Amino acid sequence: MTDIASSGTLIDAKAPPRRDIGLKRRYAAERRFRIYGILAVSVGLVFLAVMLFSIISQGYTAFSQTAVTLPITFDPAVIDPKNERESDPTKLQTANYPALAQKALAEKLGFAANDRAATRQLRGFLSDTSRVQLRDIVMADPSVIGTTRDVEILTSANIDSAFKGQIDLDVPEANRKVSDQQVGWMRKLSEEGALATRFNTGLFTNGASSRPESAGMGVAIVGSFYMMLIVLLVALPVGVAASIYLEEFAPKTKFTDLIEVNINNLAAVPSIVFGLLGLAVFVNFFGLPRSASVVGGLVLTLMTLPTIIIATRAALVAVPPSIRSAALGLGASRMQMVFHHVLPLAMPGILTGTIIGLARALGETAPLLLIGMVAFVADIPSTPLDPATALPVQIYMWANEAERAFVERLSGAIIILLIFLMAMNLTAIILRRKFERRW
Amino acid sequence: MNLMTGSQVENAVHQQTGGVENTPLKMRGRKVNVFYGPKQALFGVDLDVRQNQVTALIGPSGCGKSTFLRCLNRMNDTVDSARVEGDITLDGENIYDPKIDVVELRARVGMVFQKPNPFPKSIYENVAYGPRIHGLARRKADFDGIVEKSLQRAGLWSEVKDRLHEPGTGLSGGQQQRLCIARAIAVSPEVILMDEPCSALDPIATARIEELIDELRQNYTIVIVTHSMQQAARVSQRTAMFHLGNLVEEGPTEKMFTNPDEKRTRDYITGRYG
Repeated sequence: MTDIASSGTLIDAKAPPRRDIGLKRRYAAERRFRIYGILAVSVGLVFLAVMLFSIISQGYTAFSQTAVTLPITFDPAVIDPKNERESDPTKLQTANYPALAQKALAEKLGFAANDRAATRQLRGFLSDTSRVQLRDIVMADPSVIGTTRDVEILTSANIDSAFKGQIDLDVPEANRKVSDQQVGWMRKLSEEGALATRFNTGLFTNGASSRPESAGMGVAIVGSFYMMLIVLLVALPVGVAASIYLEEFAPKTKFTDLIEVNINNLAAVPSIVFGLLGLAVFVNFFGLPRSASVVGGLVLTLMTLPTIIIATRAALVAVPPSIRSAALGLGASRMQMVFHHVLPLAMPGILTGTIIGLARALGETAPLLLIGMVAFVADIPSTPLDPATALPVQIYMWANEAERAFVERLSGAIIILLIFLMAMNLTAIILRRKFERRW
Repeated sequence: MNLMTGSQVENAVHQQTGGVENTPLKMRGRKVNVFYGPKQALFGVDLDVRQNQVTALIGPSGCGKSTFLRCLNRMNDTVDSARVEGDITLDGENIYDPKIDVVELRARVGMVFQKPNPFPKSIYENVAYGPRIHGLARRKADFDGIVEKSLQRAGLWSEVKDRLHEPGTGLSGGQQQRLCIARAIAVSPEVILMDEPCSALDPIATARIEELIDELRQNYTIVIVTHSMQQAARVSQRTAMFHLGNLVEEGPTEKMFTNPDEKRTRDYITGRYG
């Protein structure tokens, strides 16, 4: 103030000499770090993209399947040549149904059924699943015998692959699985509109089969569903109850510390060890059936429990202590405090942990191999006590198959598994949002 | 605070003590020792709380005043390592007696915390929660009555009566603290413990709470921990000074702020330390 009063103007202070505080170096380090970060993210994204591209490009064709529509004549001379079906109903089951389909195709293509070479080619053209398909029609309604109706018959896996362009037709005929004659028929039928691809419902409904065209994941989907249900019903209540007790009620002693350390260790135990444990305890000791999804579900429960306990405890710890004090200060009992205030606030975390645990269990293969779920199961299990397989085990089994048509089914199965996993993670996110949005 | 002349102080002290001595004791602490693990936090504290009065606990940070407060409704029980020795009575009954149920005790001795901590539920639910768990009401109309009365006593009714079903966490800090007071008085406690209830609030909200404390004194016995000398002087009838886990001095607020017996009290009040 006196300066202004005396001189009228204020001069700027003289800047001291600039110090080198390493600004350039610090900014360079930051820029480098950002580049490393972007590189790391890019590498991850590239691997993800490559994986998804290779799976989807190989697998999308598994969802369609080539079939040929034929006017099948249910000729009694073929089905029941000695006319014994009144006295012996088993005749209808054992009849030579593929011959009906072959005959219909021969007529459609316009050559005589007694052309032996062509008949052999015909057998390779149509899938042997026609046996079951046509038998089921006749068994359901024996009055179709003697009539003609259009039936969609699957082509063999090789024709299916060839029609989808997966077999290189430039290779000499002797070195490939489809003959020139079959390719000619395929093109002809396709032009006539009789042969076409349709959605492959069998992939979702069929059980195991050595013929790729009739192999499906129905057993695996049902088996995995049962196991997830068992894991959810057993692991969630047990895990949440254990966490609540350990976190809110148990005294902090050496013993509870020991339990805590062991739960953390349990989460890191390789899953195959749980498989051995399940084999020893559930199958050998309790005598539960081998290959059954109930055993698989229990083994996966053991494996998922530590994950759920750790996630639940973390969610409980994250609830602010002020809420606990508020409830206790009002005279709520410990149990009321936990169930009225802490648990609702911890719910999003618990659900997220549970679903992530379930997703991990859904993708688990090794323990299931040990309890015999890597089996050839053709019939959809009707209860969790029936033999079943699981989605990842089905993938493992198809990966061991040699035929070209199993490659696309393998990728198709992976796509289905990934869709299930994504759906579960999405559910976790939605549930978390929903519960968090309450206030 | 103006320093009074010697005769004025004597006069004031005489009046205060005369009045105070006739007031019945609500709570009585005798030789209270508190340990957190191996560390002793309180050393043989003898302190009385008189009915329908505001008792302020003052002292520098870490002196044990909050620890003592938390002994009065056994909130220290929730700390695993905490151990309390000595006698604390409520209406002559030892509250650490195994026969005394801690849940019932806390329904009689309510608490308001340093940071406003409403439940993440509606304003209505915040207030109705205590009466609900203690079964103080059955019908909706009874709950409505308790909620309205409690919010009115806490001076919050006019501000929230149109949004009772909005979340309590959406209120301002001062409103949240008054909601917590309403929540505490909804269970009709006899004593209300307040642990630095204004430390997270601005001066205007603080003034509201202080007014409220003075009104609540008519019906409740209040023990308040505070860091603010002015607040202790404004709201309390008796003040207790803690230092390093010891009770330095206790007496009528008027006397404590004008003519304390202990040098440590005088130094703290005049700002030499703390």
